Amino acid sequence: MTKELSNKVISIKPSGIRKFFDLVSEMKDVISLGVGEPDFDTPWHIREEGIYSLEKGRTFYTSNSGLKPLRQEISNYIKRTQNIIYNPDNEIMVTVGGSEAIDIGIRALVNDGDEVIIPQPSYVSYEPCTILANAKPVIINLKAENDFRLTPQELINSITNKTKILVLPYPNNPTGAIMERSDLEKISKILIEKDIYVLSDEIYSELTYKNKHVSIASIEGMQERTILINGFSKSYAMTGWRLGYACAPKDIISQMVKIHQFTIMCAPTTSQYAAVSALKNGDNDVNVMRQSYNQRRRFLLNAFKEMNVECFEPFGAFYVFPSIKEFGMTSEEFAEKLLKEEHIAAVPGSAFGQSGEGHLRISYAYSIEKLKTAMERFNHFVQKLRK
Amino acid sequence: MREEMLSILEKNGRIGLKDLAVMLGISEIEAANEMAEMEKEGIICAYHTLIDWEKTSIEKVTALIEVRVTPQRGQGFDSMAERIYNYPEVRAVYLISGGFDLLVILEEKSLREIANFVSEKLSTLDSVLSTATHFILKKYKDHGTILSKKNSDEREIITP
Repeated sequence: MTKELSNKVISIKPSGIRKFFDLVSEMKDVISLGVGEPDFDTPWHIREEGIYSLEKGRTFYTSNSGLKPLRQEISNYIKRTQNIIYNPDNEIMVTVGGSEAIDIGIRALVNDGDEVIIPQPSYVSYEPCTILANAKPVIINLKAENDFRLTPQELINSITNKTKILVLPYPNNPTGAIMERSDLEKISKILIEKDIYVLSDEIYSELTYKNKHVSIASIEGMQERTILINGFSKSYAMTGWRLGYACAPKDIISQMVKIHQFTIMCAPTTSQYAAVSALKNGDNDVNVMRQSYNQRRRFLLNAFKEMNVECFEPFGAFYVFPSIKEFGMTSEEFAEKLLKEEHIAAVPGSAFGQSGEGHLRISYAYSIEKLKTAMERFNHFVQKLRK
Repeated sequence: MREEMLSILEKNGRIGLKDLAVMLGISEIEAANEMAEMEKEGIICAYHTLIDWEKTSIEKVTALIEVRVTPQRGQGFDSMAERIYNYPEVRAVYLISGGFDLLVILEEKSLREIANFVSEKLSTLDSVLSTATHFILKKYKDHGTILSKKNSDEREIITP
């Protein structure tokens, strides 16, 4: 073939994480701190429900927007955790992971040339999804001194008359930052005044270690302009099941369902049956996992403190985001050196946007024993560099 | 905090005081005091090691024995339980609701020793009405730990 491929796709850079992965996979005895997924197994009652559905032969398509009982459970869940009412019939849809919801949420809202504000460091897909939807990403470089929260001023500075969506990625991957109610209230005022939609990616909502997570959709006047995205991957350790969902006003959901219908059909049926059990009987599993993550979080923060490595205290997700600026290397150089010399894999902060430069994403989805060995090696590395 | 501390210790009795304190977000002194207090109150009774004897060359036979007894006036089952649990080869004694009264877990070096214990010591006790002995053939999971589980991490090394 000689005809060229899509210029737009060609122009998109592959994820920085991928590049690093190729490097890691050549090495042996690597202790990885690089995963963005829980180390826990999916709780057995959830897996068992999936198995049971297979035994029963429930292997057909579900309705496009997802199993009715699952949508009902999602509606109940959002009601009991956020006190927001979504009608399971037309305001909730089940997607293939939160990532599909991000993609089709953006696609359902933007016209050519619309601007999508993306605070970074953040998950790697918002920017390419925006570009693929013919919209223009407008990046906000979040600052460590604000604990990587989005400030009203930063938001105002990025708004133009073309602004259509604000992506709100909290609790945040990779920084572990959260936005509390008071932060959200200030942001909401601006969004309402400027009439901007919000794509709120709340996939880590169950993993917060200060107060309970607050959804921006629960702030007055926000539900009508918010696509709330959540899923099962992080809270119930179900990454491989590929199951997420979106809640939004019915006008938006009906457009999203159209894209979903023609590209995906429906989310995996087995996963949907399993997820019903997750929402019905999984609260305790989440509590146990959260407590364990919190212990590891404290362990890592203390380890960095003892090494004298600067690290703000994250209150969400399962990452810490220490600064490595003092060593005068880019985060990619640092991560590469750390990998080669100490066999520890951590993701360079720059993979999550330019403002992640000078940081490292360290995941604590590992056992304490593993983290302990890793921190001993990390300490050895840091002492060596400081000599 | 107590509950969280206990759940850590229940899984790992060997954890260092410093790690324990850091994980709970308290000082080492607070952690040490809390542990000492719980030991004193008898909440923390002992620190054991979970051993899969099957993987050693040492022979062990474990039996569960259901025991029906006549409760003693004024003492219920307690005095009977005491007479049984004082034998060092008895690993555990539980009072049980349902078809029998006491569940006795016994660990010995051989089947014959268990048989001897049941026929000579247990059955001959005055208030023992009957016993039913079940031998354990294989332990799959003990104290919340799956004994045959391999600790392999099958996740990709780096994921977003």
